Amino acid sequence: MGDPSAGTKGYRADMKLVTAIIKPHKVDDVKDALKAAGLTGMTIDEVKGFGRQGGKTEIYRGAEYVVDLLPKVRVETVVPDELADQVAEIIMVAARTGKIGDGKVWISTVDKVMRIRTGESGPDAV
Amino acid sequence: MIDTGDTAWMLIATGLVLFMTPGLAFFYGGMVRAKNMLGMLMQNFFAMGLMAILWVAIAFSLAFGNFGDGGIIGNLDFAWMRNITSDAGPDAFALTIPFVLFCAYQMTFAVITPALITGATADRFKFKAYAVFIAVWLVIVYAPVAHWVFAGGWLAKLGALDFAGGAVVHINAGAAALAVVLVLGKRHGWPREGMHPHSLPFTLLGTGILWFGWFGFNAGSALGANGVAAQALMNTFLAASAGMLGWLLVEQIKEGKPTTLGAASGAVAGLVAITPCAGFVGGMSPILIGFAAGVLCVLAIRLKFRFGYDDSLDVVGVHLVGGIVGGLLLGFFADSKVNKLVTNEGVFLGGGFSLLWFQFVACAVTFAFSFVASFIIAKVIDKTIGMRVSEEDEAEGLDFSQHAETAYSFGSTGSMDRLN
Repeated sequence: MGDPSAGTKGYRADMKLVTAIIKPHKVDDVKDALKAAGLTGMTIDEVKGFGRQGGKTEIYRGAEYVVDLLPKVRVETVVPDELADQVAEIIMVAARTGKIGDGKVWISTVDKVMRIRTGESGPDAV
Repeated sequence: MIDTGDTAWMLIATGLVLFMTPGLAFFYGGMVRAKNMLGMLMQNFFAMGLMAILWVAIAFSLAFGNFGDGGIIGNLDFAWMRNITSDAGPDAFALTIPFVLFCAYQMTFAVITPALITGATADRFKFKAYAVFIAVWLVIVYAPVAHWVFAGGWLAKLGALDFAGGAVVHINAGAAALAVVLVLGKRHGWPREGMHPHSLPFTLLGTGILWFGWFGFNAGSALGANGVAAQALMNTFLAASAGMLGWLLVEQIKEGKPTTLGAASGAVAGLVAITPCAGFVGGMSPILIGFAAGVLCVLAIRLKFRFGYDDSLDVVGVHLVGGIVGGLLLGFFADSKVNKLVTNEGVFLGGGFSLLWFQFVACAVTFAFSFVASFIIAKVIDKTIGMRVSEEDEAEGLDFSQHAETAYSFGSTGSMDRLN
């Protein structure tokens, strides 16, 4: 791992990955809120998981099946360090319904970010 | 003497019944897991290939030779398309349509009857074993039973009635399905593991096609464009509708939610039960028959969990039970005003219990013969080429393990390079 103070281009601990697991129907609210706050990108994927929400029951010809891995959406966006808390807050507000199963947000450190098209790195790349 | 109106209707009816087999393929296909979709479609489509050829090669002759002899089997008079002419054919048949058309119409029944079994055996039947099984089954089981009932064989002479195949098609296939699943064994993971339908839209589409095609199946069994055909069509429609309502009512009471799979299953149960009755009953009786089938079949599909046989898509619960319900209720509702072929009227029409007894005999004998013969055929195939795919192939799914294909490939990621 590079030394964060060494000044090697891009190897600076000044980028954060904000990851959120949210309810699928909240994707547009989160996206619009992030856009409104000036963010220029986010990535989502459809995932399944379990948490405190528990499962739901489906019935096919009288046979009941518990579906305990529920569909969720994972949102990821890489932001400069100083924006991370604010972005996490925006996601939390936008994704909140107040009911169980609203999901989680976490922030983690990113070693290096590069833009594939130009080769720019660090905050310039996001 | 050929009648052009009768001929026109039976040409259409033949197409309608043939269309039921792809309908059945999608009815069943939607209910299996995605990895077995092509395996299910293939087993049904393949019946349209192999059964048709075997039908004209030998099975039609074994079923319809010695017409009206009161016996147990036909002969080889019509084998290999011999004597299958485009005039009205032998006098014994008393046809008003070309004999070749009669053969083609009956061929569509010979295609779908073995295909019905595929619902019970879903997800684990080795394709080669399936092909051999239905070929042998058509000749050894279907042809004689068709002779007993449709060709003036011993059950018909006894006085049992079966308008369009409640015994020949549904009890016969249902009993065979039960026998074959006992030889095949349960799917790995059943009943603990979730094996729910991958596409109920396909199941509902298939149900619609079956319902549509069933008009040809039942109204076509009048073998002409006449009042009996019209009555059969109305009865078919009403029984399907009432079957759907009966099944949904039980679901609503027991589980609190009416399901789309229940609507589809109930309609098919009603269609199965009206099949033996279609051209023999009238008035409100088709509604009672269909409703009874819907209610009884939704209860009967629980039996597999109690007794531990893995009838994957409930062929026993719907076709065997529905066929018996229809066959026995005909003993109550048969009406000579609807069809002059009804010589012993049903219990409710004041005809006493003789017809009900004949119906019971027909149901019991068809069940017993089909079950025993199918069990023996399946056992012999199991001991020789093996009935079942390997555990690994079953886990991978029939689509890839039996046919080297995949039903669905969504998205553009992942590469597929040509090898040759």
